[in-house]
Amino acid sequence: MKFINYLTSISGVEVFPMISMLLFVAVFSYVLWSTFRESKEHINEQKNIPLN
Amino acid sequence: MSIQIERFEYDNKIVKQFAVATALWGAVGMLVGLIIALQLVYPILNFNLPYTTFGRLRPIHTNAVIFAFVGNGIFMGVYYSLQRLLKARMWSDKLSAIHFWGWQLIIVAAALTLAFGYTTGKEYAELEWPIDILITLIWVVFGLNMFMTIIKRRERHLYVAIWFYIATWVTVAMLHIVNSIEIPVSLFKSYSWYAGVQDALVQWWYGHNAVAFFLTTPYLGMMYYFIPKAANRPVYSYRLSIIHFWALIFLYIWAGPHHLLYTALPDWAQSLGVVFSIMLIAPSWGGMINGLLTLRGAWDRVREDVVLKFMVVAVTAYGMATFEGPMLSLKNVNAISHFTDWTIAHVHVGALGWNGFLTFGVLYWLIPRMWRTEIYSRKAANWHFWIGTLGILLYAVPMYWAGWMQSSMWKQFTPEGQLQYQILETVTAMKPFYAIRSVGGLLFLVGMFMMIWNLVKTAKTGNFLANEAAEAPALTRKVAIEGKEHWHRIIERKPIQMLVLALVVVALGGLIEMIPTFMVKSNIPTLEAVKPYTALELQGRDIYVREGCYTCHSQMVRPFRSETERYGEYSKAGEFVYDHPFQWGSKRTGPDLAREGSDKLRRMDSWHYNHMADPTSMSPGSIMPSYPWLFEDKIDYASTVPKLKAMVTLGVPYSNEYVVNGEAELKAQALLIYETLKLDEDKLLTGEEGLREDHEIIAMIAYLQRLGKDITSQPAQAAATSK
Repeated sequence: MKFINYLTSISGVEVFPMISMLLFVAVFSYVLWSTFRESKEHINEQKNIPLN
Repeated sequence: MSIQIERFEYDNKIVKQFAVATALWGAVGMLVGLIIALQLVYPILNFNLPYTTFGRLRPIHTNAVIFAFVGNGIFMGVYYSLQRLLKARMWSDKLSAIHFWGWQLIIVAAALTLAFGYTTGKEYAELEWPIDILITLIWVVFGLNMFMTIIKRRERHLYVAIWFYIATWVTVAMLHIVNSIEIPVSLFKSYSWYAGVQDALVQWWYGHNAVAFFLTTPYLGMMYYFIPKAANRPVYSYRLSIIHFWALIFLYIWAGPHHLLYTALPDWAQSLGVVFSIMLIAPSWGGMINGLLTLRGAWDRVREDVVLKFMVVAVTAYGMATFEGPMLSLKNVNAISHFTDWTIAHVHVGALGWNGFLTFGVLYWLIPRMWRTEIYSRKAANWHFWIGTLGILLYAVPMYWAGWMQSSMWKQFTPEGQLQYQILETVTAMKPFYAIRSVGGLLFLVGMFMMIWNLVKTAKTGNFLANEAAEAPALTRKVAIEGKEHWHRIIERKPIQMLVLALVVVALGGLIEMIPTFMVKSNIPTLEAVKPYTALELQGRDIYVREGCYTCHSQMVRPFRSETERYGEYSKAGEFVYDHPFQWGSKRTGPDLAREGSDKLRRMDSWHYNHMADPTSMSPGSIMPSYPWLFEDKIDYASTVPKLKAMVTLGVPYSNEYVVNGEAELKAQALLIYETLKLDEDKLLTGEEGLREDHEIIAMIAYLQRLGKDITSQPAQAAATSK
């Protein structure tokens, strides 16, 4: 009697892990894409904050 | 328009206070760790006193190291770096002081209450409800002070370290509140709001993220500040740090269920935990590489500079632990590692290597700076480095070895198909490894004392600068924006938006992970045969929780042949619906107890009686402590009805009549056990007061005899469901 049996009674339970994966992929791709579009100058300015 | 230069002072006093506290509590926490390590080799060191037994000292050790040593270390690092990164003094000295003294009060209250046995029985969240509330208040004070400082800053953009601090603050607040929802029964006793599977899921969502957002993210923030400072060069890749941050906080929050593999937790949640844990390697290693590559072209300095040595080993240990963690979350590896000393080795690579060494590096860097002098003895600091490194190795290697061996012995069958080893054999085989591990711990502690001596001497030769003068242009309100502005640049300026975004990211993970499991509650998991605990068993269970039995005994039979053969039926989710809190445990130093009262494993009441009085009388060679006070202290009759009432509030189906007569019911069952014991009285190891029906041991026996009894005593029904 596996626990999964109880879960089948919840309609659409399989959507939960899917949501999580899609959310992550979407957020991660966006962060990746936008970070690499950042100007070098701005990045260098940020980078040096602790040393200024 | 001329730029107005403002003069102000950094508050070093608060940094000094937290630095002293981290060193002091670190030494205390590690000393307790050494004592409990030795207790596993020499049980006599439990001293037969309630306050010094393993089950109570172990939570003191973990809480002291996490919240006192690392906690104060975080605040030391945050208060120093935040002010400088924002070019502003902390917003309120008064709030800083309240934060400092409040946190120390929490630590002292924690140490005392845990020693007295006041515990919620949930790992790393053992503190009882009044302290939980105090933690919340002090955390708010810290947050308020931090955010107001950020708002009053003179540096427009928030450096990446500050994002890590913000994420830490918001996530720890969320985790602490959600996991601490409990119903108070008395001033020092409460029951977790959640039961069984749900409690386990919430607890490990908390537990794993306590590692993530207390032991990791604030220290990553410190890494991003102090390594560039110590190496005097900027971080290797700022782009990588942005990706590191968002990916790390997004992924970490999902990984909790990997602590519950092969348990009665739903499969999909387990798999989700595994997938996200594996993905975590990427941002973790991104962070590690970023830290290490910051030293590119400066590796020669690592040879000379003891601060950099500590930091390099810290970041390397972080890399090792964050590679190992995902590996341990793979189901096939977890099947070997879980419940063994492998886990202990893993966490200590993190705690001693990553947290310990980074704290030491920062202390060796900070103290001479704030006292305007040089390290008193570089030689001693270098010795500390080598002794500490050797200590970590001598700690971790025997524990890895022990873990493998333990697991292999548990699973070993004879050619005839029987389990080869008794559980006791697997326990005594660990002793040499526990002994070597203690030597490793001792070395680490010696290094710690050398550091304290060295830093005190350093401070004595120097002159403390309480208020460090600084100047910076005031921040103009308007920002000149050329063209379309990048979203992240906006976030980098706006702390509140950053806070909200971080909260959304971590809360989403928590919600999606938990909602289905909570929905399940209305969709059965109650097994027909599983009934609530009797009043006496409930009292016994509370004693079990009080003594921290879960620190050595699991209550979770996994679906492996080696476990079902040894303990009986594997555990089902529906068995735990009345368990507030759950007591699955995370370590099996002794046997699993989930089926202790089942037909297969059931022992005489007198066996339990003598075993608790002197474990070696029943199990020669056992390393379990004796519990003589259970044979003197009386069952707290008066608390019975309030406890039953609290359980009713939590949804446990006691009838009104049962609750009202709770005390009488309890006494009646106690009398039955007493009479059974009376038959063997001449063989009992009774205390000074002799055999009595009101001793706590009677409640303890009642609870142990109940474990696993419900479903295994009804073979007909079990057979029917399995068809």
